[in-house]
Amino acid sequence: MIGILNYGLGNILAFVNVYKRLHLPVKVVREPSDLKDVEKLILPGVGAFDHAMKLFNQSGLRAPVEELIFNGKTPVLGICVGMQMLADASEEGELPGLGWIGGRVTRVAAESASDLVRLPHMGWNTVQVSGNSTLFRGLEVDARFYFLHSFYFAARQEEHVLASVEYGNRFTCSVGKEQVMGVQFHPEKSHHFGEKLLQNFAES
Amino acid sequence: MLRPRIIPCLLVRNKGLVKTRRFTDEKYVGDPLNAVKIFNEKEVDELMVLDIDATSGQTGIDFKLVERLAAECRMPLAYGGGVTTVEQASRLIGLGVEKVTLSAAAFRRPELLREIAKELGSQSVVGVIDAKKKRFGHRWEARILNGRSGTGRCPIELAREFEDLGVGEIVLNSIDHDGMMDGYDLELAERIRSAVGIPMTVLGGAGSVKDMHSLISRLGIIGAAAGSLFVFKGPYRAVLISYPTIAEKDVLATAASTTGK
Repeated sequence: MIGILNYGLGNILAFVNVYKRLHLPVKVVREPSDLKDVEKLILPGVGAFDHAMKLFNQSGLRAPVEELIFNGKTPVLGICVGMQMLADASEEGELPGLGWIGGRVTRVAAESASDLVRLPHMGWNTVQVSGNSTLFRGLEVDARFYFLHSFYFAARQEEHVLASVEYGNRFTCSVGKEQVMGVQFHPEKSHHFGEKLLQNFAES
Repeated sequence: MLRPRIIPCLLVRNKGLVKTRRFTDEKYVGDPLNAVKIFNEKEVDELMVLDIDATSGQTGIDFKLVERLAAECRMPLAYGGGVTTVEQASRLIGLGVEKVTLSAAAFRRPELLREIAKELGSQSVVGVIDAKKKRFGHRWEARILNGRSGTGRCPIELAREFEDLGVGEIVLNSIDHDGMMDGYDLELAERIRSAVGIPMTVLGGAGSVKDMHSLISRLGIIGAAAGSLFVFKGPYRAVLISYPTIAEKDVLATAASTTGK
């Protein structure tokens, strides 16, 4: 069973609908007791970093989720700000991140060698897969996803980078460390490419 | 490589979809949920839904309808109409809308844009500017309430002000070209484009993929939105939902990448 963490942010229904279409069991997790039959977790997130961290810290879900991830080895996938929350800290806010993967959330550079780079980074972009993570299985070539953000996850260790994207400059758009993973783009809004990624997460 | 966004824009009135010409002369074009389902199949880049009664008809936001649309949408959704508070914007995002667009409320109380951007992030706030050409010279006026009310403001200055207040995108909607399918207002689009450093979408006037090509080859990676083009077929405006093919979109993406903007 896939559990979508609902701490008051993000497009919960969109994830539920994707998994229903794929005929994979899914539930919304609102409180700790909802976690008992969950084998994998999705951590959505939108908006400002501090706002998201504050809501997650206050939700009562953080401690039991950390217990599942670190003692039960439950896989988790952070989406958009949900990915940024995996880092130690963010330039956008003051609250500490979850620190599940070493790194700092950094503003996308507003200029490249030749041009103004318009922020937010908005729209469909091609990702370059760098590892051999099962998350991107079948998406190694020319996979496109929808991006909507101005900050990205600068991983401390190169080995935790699963994919990158080019917009003005090249930056990380997916990280993974053991069973903790994150993507900056919105797979739940990225048609068949996103559906494939969410299926990979569920079935790997 | 980032691609230009090809965006159907749907107008909601009394739970149905309509399409206007120059903001009047509206024609019923069908059921919104049905349209979303068809656009899902066509894998559209993004969808914009504007409730044109919510503010000017004072019906407010139909949260039930937005929730159903957002749950159905397999592509990013921008919603506009009737948003006057941070709480409403926040609730819309919670329902699964990616971007909240504002027009009249942003004009009445510009600080609202800053407040929403602070709470939800700039990427979720869009400023819509409905522009009408003045009779003389190369000048335009921003109008609100479905074009009925003038603001006395220049759209280019307004776009700059919206950017300073923290919006993540400007949508320029040309009242003169709305529903006319005679091409975008390229001159105003270009002026606003060079006045701001945030992404932009242009709406009003697209009558063919060629019109989109003209916009994109001139302005680069941009949002090209259309209503009539994607819901009508033929001179009698028969309702038929369509969307460019993958090959047509590849041509548009190539056009964007060669402008160097």
